[in-house]
Amino acid sequence: MAVTEWIPSGRETRLRMDGDGLIKRGFMLVIALYLIVTLALPLYTMLSKSFVTYSFDLSEFELQVSDASGANFGPAVSLVDLNTRSGRFTPQDMKTNSDGRMAVAELLPDFSFRSPVRYRMRAVDDRGTWLVGLDRVSSRDWLEYDSNTLRRITLRPVPSYGIQNYVSYFSNPALFQSIWNSLFIAVVSTALTVPFAFGFAYALHRSCMPFKGAMKLIATMPILVPSLLPGIALIYLFGNQGLLKDLLMGQSIYGPLGIVIGSVFFTFPHALIIISTALAIADQRHYEAAESLRASRWRTFWTVTVPGARYGLISAMFVTFTLVVTDFGLPKVIGGQFSVLAIDIYKQVIGQQNFEMGAVVSVVLLVPAILAFFVDRQVQKKQVSLLSARAVPFEPKPNRRFDALCLAWCGLIAAFILTMMGVCQLAAVVKFWPYDMSLTLGNFAFNKMDGGGWTAYWNSIWLSALTAVAGTAIVFCGAYMVEKTDGFRLGRSLFQFLAMLPMAIPGMVLGLAYIFFFNNPDNPLHGLYGTMAILVISTVTHFYTVGHLTALTALKQIDAEFEPVAASMRQPFYRLFARVTVPICLPSILDIMIYLFVNAMTTVSAMVFLYSTHTALASIAVLNMDDAGDIAPAAAMGMMIFYTNVAARLLHALVSRRLLASTQAWRTR
Amino acid sequence: MNAIIPNSLQSAALRTSYLDIENVWKAYGNFVALRDISLSIQQGEFICFLGPSGCGKTTLLRAIAGLDPQSRGSIRQAGRDISNLPASQRDYGIVFQSYALFPNLTVAANIAFGLENTGRPWDEIKSRVKELLELVGLPDKALSYPSQLSGGQQQRIALARAIAINPGLLLLDEPLSALDAKVRVHLRHEIKELQRKLQVTTIMVTHDQEEALAMADRIVVMNHGVIEQVGTPIDVYRHPASLFVANFIGETNRIKAHFSRGIVTIGRTLLETTVTGFADEADVTVAVRPEDILPHARGHEQLAQPNHLPVTITAMEFLGSFWRVHLRSTELGGTPLVANFSMNAVRRFSLAEGEDLTVELPADRVLVFPAAR
Repeated sequence: MAVTEWIPSGRETRLRMDGDGLIKRGFMLVIALYLIVTLALPLYTMLSKSFVTYSFDLSEFELQVSDASGANFGPAVSLVDLNTRSGRFTPQDMKTNSDGRMAVAELLPDFSFRSPVRYRMRAVDDRGTWLVGLDRVSSRDWLEYDSNTLRRITLRPVPSYGIQNYVSYFSNPALFQSIWNSLFIAVVSTALTVPFAFGFAYALHRSCMPFKGAMKLIATMPILVPSLLPGIALIYLFGNQGLLKDLLMGQSIYGPLGIVIGSVFFTFPHALIIISTALAIADQRHYEAAESLRASRWRTFWTVTVPGARYGLISAMFVTFTLVVTDFGLPKVIGGQFSVLAIDIYKQVIGQQNFEMGAVVSVVLLVPAILAFFVDRQVQKKQVSLLSARAVPFEPKPNRRFDALCLAWCGLIAAFILTMMGVCQLAAVVKFWPYDMSLTLGNFAFNKMDGGGWTAYWNSIWLSALTAVAGTAIVFCGAYMVEKTDGFRLGRSLFQFLAMLPMAIPGMVLGLAYIFFFNNPDNPLHGLYGTMAILVISTVTHFYTVGHLTALTALKQIDAEFEPVAASMRQPFYRLFARVTVPICLPSILDIMIYLFVNAMTTVSAMVFLYSTHTALASIAVLNMDDAGDIAPAAAMGMMIFYTNVAARLLHALVSRRLLASTQAWRTR
Repeated sequence: MNAIIPNSLQSAALRTSYLDIENVWKAYGNFVALRDISLSIQQGEFICFLGPSGCGKTTLLRAIAGLDPQSRGSIRQAGRDISNLPASQRDYGIVFQSYALFPNLTVAANIAFGLENTGRPWDEIKSRVKELLELVGLPDKALSYPSQLSGGQQQRIALARAIAINPGLLLLDEPLSALDAKVRVHLRHEIKELQRKLQVTTIMVTHDQEEALAMADRIVVMNHGVIEQVGTPIDVYRHPASLFVANFIGETNRIKAHFSRGIVTIGRTLLETTVTGFADEADVTVAVRPEDILPHARGHEQLAQPNHLPVTITAMEFLGSFWRVHLRSTELGGTPLVANFSMNAVRRFSLAEGEDLTVELPADRVLVFPAAR
């Protein structure tokens, strides 16, 4: 009955805002503002840049040339006519990027900077500006220059707006090929990783195989290293001097093969965690029902297990796909001539300084990332509803043959992961692989190499610690305000959208967007550019979503009546927050911290555009040392990141246990 | 009858009203959850909002608490207009069905939560907590955590916490629903005792009619967002204002009947009643409670008297202190009738399944309502 019922006209009653409401809204506004400034505005700037093309507009300027005496000036000539006369520049030459400059003297075939000839220049309207050296000049009146000064006069390109950049992108076969390359490696890697991870998760949850704990630990190791590291390991194994090069039978590891193997390595734990969660919620009763109906093991697998885990599988597929398609480190190290979208952004920006084209590639890269993100969100929503409070957890029964099979499967994958890690470890401590395998610590003398040295390592620690502390505070407070504020519905859903957005934005894209936004001298936040602060900000923003979701999950489990109770006792919300909410959520808060720390240690993508000479980072050092051919030190630095993350994890476990013991006594009956 | 009504109520007329709800409406989008609710509650009264789920009782409570403001209308508490005040500026203590005890704080810290931060000296807080724990009968649980207590104990702590700050109004949102039956009966007695001792105006939301009858000074029966009836437990039970109330509170037999020239007829049986005011030739529904049906004589009487109905016993259930007897009558068509007969009556008339019987529907116990559609 969708009949609108009658209720007396009049104004809807609104509660007066109390201090709590004001503070909460204020807080939410501040954090929303943070997300707008560090996410929405940079992305918008980047998007608009991708529609800008720059070209020289000669028609805006006129020149008068004097005779040899320097006193008698000839007629005013448009620069267009001068160019037509001299034939110096073709229409193609008029296209440039924002940093392009054109010397006016080039238009004059018989120009000599020593001649006594004098020149007068003016703009025909207010838009025309030119540079004398570095000084900007704009004048509609004639300005007179001697020939030595004219030599230093350059024109700046004028922007125009349109899809020209996209047209040239898609008509460039080399760039266009990258799309297919990216999709190809992402699809192949996903097709390999997800079945591997499913088998692994299945063995962990559905068998009674031994060594489950060790297997889990090994499987999550790849999370603790940058995605560059498997690339380095593969170079040592299959590269030109690789130990097992012959196994490839002439194939080169540099290219799609290397990228796919490395991608399987670094995406494996991500897929495993998602599928594990899906399998963990299985209901014993479904299996009992299947057994009572005398369904075979095989049939049960296809009719109970797989449908039960389907959302997990789909989600794992999209996450893996996105990780591979947006990854930059691995193709950089082992991609060879095989170009992918992330590499193209880097090449356009760092190599060719063509920021506008970099923006175009970024937008292209955003498309699959955003698509995958939305599909994944839909699937995740459905997953939640599968959870029923009354489910009986599944308990596997021992079965020697099946358990042995599971152990073999997991053992193979664990061996693969350990081999890759082992190779890097070995490469880090031997003198000259594979010719002189004697042990040395020489590769850790980072100060002797390019890439930032030990300072880069300490910078990384500093960055990760700051990100963990500041990020957790921002993320948790933001999630609290969204979850525990009543009313203000529009503001809350807007905030929720902003908080989910970072997950869809690849790091490279975020980094480039930051260049556009923060490196603009007109931006009041310009001062952040090149500092540690911008690295912290970009890392917090880049990894915001997972922390936000973790915090939301924890907060949703808290009784929604706590806030009303505290309000009825006339206690401010922050007292409840400090004394009840935070202590209850402490385990989740620590999880967000370690997540941010580990990711800040390993991330490369956004950082590669944003680090400066004082703020070089360990992960960037791996990249740069590898680029410079110092592969062993790169492996050594990669292992330093690994050791640090292991130490951080151990510390996290220790602190969690301690805190749980002292503050969470209430959890035990 | 006066002896049964609590003293507090007899003098109610002399007191000023404490909480005034005037023309309150609440709409969620197109759905109207409360329509034109007006209600006055006296100082020190124990009021129950009773009704099936979705009737608006919790919505009304949340409006009073300032958690979900009403769409229209006003609420005054102790002479102060609180219609627009946020929860933190109103004066009440609240207990939820989930108890909402802070799990990481000890029982003592839970109770002290509202007392701290108010400028009270520490000693005072401590002794107040002790006093409250004694009041709810759990003096030795001060240092326990909520998860170490049973459901009933947790609910008592939640109650102690709610009254710690001496609120003018105590709101109880289905406080007993999560407990098992035995504990529930015990605790409802205790809550009522506590309320009597503290003389705090109390509103309890419940869907359990037994709870409402046992605890309330007055019951507010709600359905579909309107108040069906407000009255003492005896009032709403004996004189339900509508068929809904008759049905919802206690059990009732519903019999199709006809009203004509001041007389109600069931089949060929005439019914003397105390009602008037129906249009002539109207279909009506007669409601009579099982315990009000009296066995009159064995067998069917030849000369039908008013209010006497010939029936046949189809089934009998022994329920301990009485018998539940299922009856059928040609006068009623197919509609069965349920009656509760005392042990004595069953013995006196030697009632058994299959026996014929004449029962009386006493004139002062028969209720007549407009026909149920």
